[in-house]
Amino acid sequence: MTVTANELLAVMGARELRDNSTVFTGVGAPMMASVLAQRLHAPRLTMMVEGGVIAPMWKPGELPISTNEMRAAYRAQMLPGITEAFLLAQRGFFDVGFIGGAQIDRFGNLNTSAIGGYARPKVRLPGSGGANDIISLCREVMILTVHEKRRFTERVDFVTSPGYLEGGDSRRRHGLLFGGVSRVVTTLGIFGFEATSRRMQLLALHPGATVEQVRENTGFEVLVSPHLTATTPPTEQELSILRMLDPKRQFIG
Amino acid sequence: MTIAPREYDFQAARQRLETKPKSAGPKLGSLEDAVVRIKDGDHLALGGCLFSRTPLALVWALLRRRPKGLTFSRNLMCYEGEWGMVAGAVDRVVTSWMGIGLPWGLSRIQREVVEGGRVEFEEWSHLGLGLRYRAAAMGVPFLPSLTMLGSDLMGVGGSKTIECPYTGHTLHAVPALFPDVALIHVQRADRLGNCQIDGYPHMDADIVRAAATVLVTTEEIVSEDEIRLHADRTIIPGFLVDALVHAPFGSYPHEGYGAYDAEPEHFTAYVEGIQRRGAAGVADYLERYVYGPRSHADYLALFGQAQLDDAAARARMLTT
Repeated sequence: MTVTANELLAVMGARELRDNSTVFTGVGAPMMASVLAQRLHAPRLTMMVEGGVIAPMWKPGELPISTNEMRAAYRAQMLPGITEAFLLAQRGFFDVGFIGGAQIDRFGNLNTSAIGGYARPKVRLPGSGGANDIISLCREVMILTVHEKRRFTERVDFVTSPGYLEGGDSRRRHGLLFGGVSRVVTTLGIFGFEATSRRMQLLALHPGATVEQVRENTGFEVLVSPHLTATTPPTEQELSILRMLDPKRQFIG
Repeated sequence: MTIAPREYDFQAARQRLETKPKSAGPKLGSLEDAVVRIKDGDHLALGGCLFSRTPLALVWALLRRRPKGLTFSRNLMCYEGEWGMVAGAVDRVVTSWMGIGLPWGLSRIQREVVEGGRVEFEEWSHLGLGLRYRAAAMGVPFLPSLTMLGSDLMGVGGSKTIECPYTGHTLHAVPALFPDVALIHVQRADRLGNCQIDGYPHMDADIVRAAATVLVTTEEIVSEDEIRLHADRTIIPGFLVDALVHAPFGSYPHEGYGAYDAEPEHFTAYVEGIQRRGAAGVADYLERYVYGPRSHADYLALFGQAQLDDAAARARMLTT
């Protein structure tokens, strides 16, 4: 069974979520990962989405395109409003935040604003949306992204969403007392951040991926953990749940 | 730095409220009666979020007057922002994100005008913008927050930090945003302007408290008794409202929670027009859908009753 990029990201993201916890999630791979975790090992996981939705039970085949449309609110327990949703995260109620693809640097900083200067950009991107808030306010953040050289860059042109900024304790020095990026889950492997330098380091490779392949597709020096492991391939069960949720393959590709 | 002192001047904003009539009487009028209150150069805050409960009927009526020099602010800006820019009505956008949604890719219009320097694009985080409206709704010049710190977004509007007077920690002093006019669409109101919203509240309750002038369209006009019977559902009291318009399908083809679903195929056709002709694709669209139809009913007729009925049926299925 061939596995698409988004299926791989959803499966690997789901496995990182714990039962009896809370996740601030978005549409696309993050949403698939959250629902998959709920249906497998984390039935007591509570999801919240940015439009202001708590604990929806999304209808298979009717997954939301945006975080604030009727499909995203399907059978929710509460629709608190957008500002209220983010303030729950600022208060500290969210264990994990999920963020989708973007330009990312070796300290986990994300750019979704502009390539080549803010005022007169070469490419104007859509903007932060809630990504900056999620990365600033959740206890830990996981980034799910396709692994491409143009995305994994030495230094982002604009820090839309702060990872570890210039590394070390710079995040804390800027007043971000909590959280940080814990994992970057890509189509090649899983990355963490070195404890003191806060540089991104490869922790595990997905089936078939190699360190050389990671190096070729990364625009900065790749640190490799001395305890490098391999992930278990997506199981039939994981894939069949994702395909049941998204029969038209709108999100899993 | 792009924020102007008048955006967070809480004293001036309060004086504007103190000097305006706050009537408990009827507010009902036409779309034209409502938008005539908007002046060139005004800052307009749009309610809803992305393609949900967008005040499109008001935007439609507004653009027909060929306004100039407007600022549009909205938490997530959908194609109404593109309409305003291509129509030459909007020269500044304040938002956290712009586009229609993932399936439609980057906004080519946003790229063209922002990269070309024709429109100023002021980006905040989603909560950052929410707190700007919230601070204004509370009547204070700023609110302390833990968001946006350390990011380059701090420099875009000219955000400042403060040292917490109790703990000594660094906090983002998110500046208030007092818009000139709020435009929102709700599911039901009585003729006095008491409004109730179904489903997502979005940021509308804050926006109408923050703005100097409030224009509302409603799907349905209900009796004053009906409002009094469910007073706990009222999120906007009538005395906040300056103009009220009965506009069924007032967000269409964006969604109205419980009332009608959005039309993704219409969005796709709109984006295909842009892919073929760039900004001219939007200009064509404006001719056909905004300047062409003489009334909002004529605008809806372009979609056809069968499609409106179908959108309403889909919404019932998704919310019951």
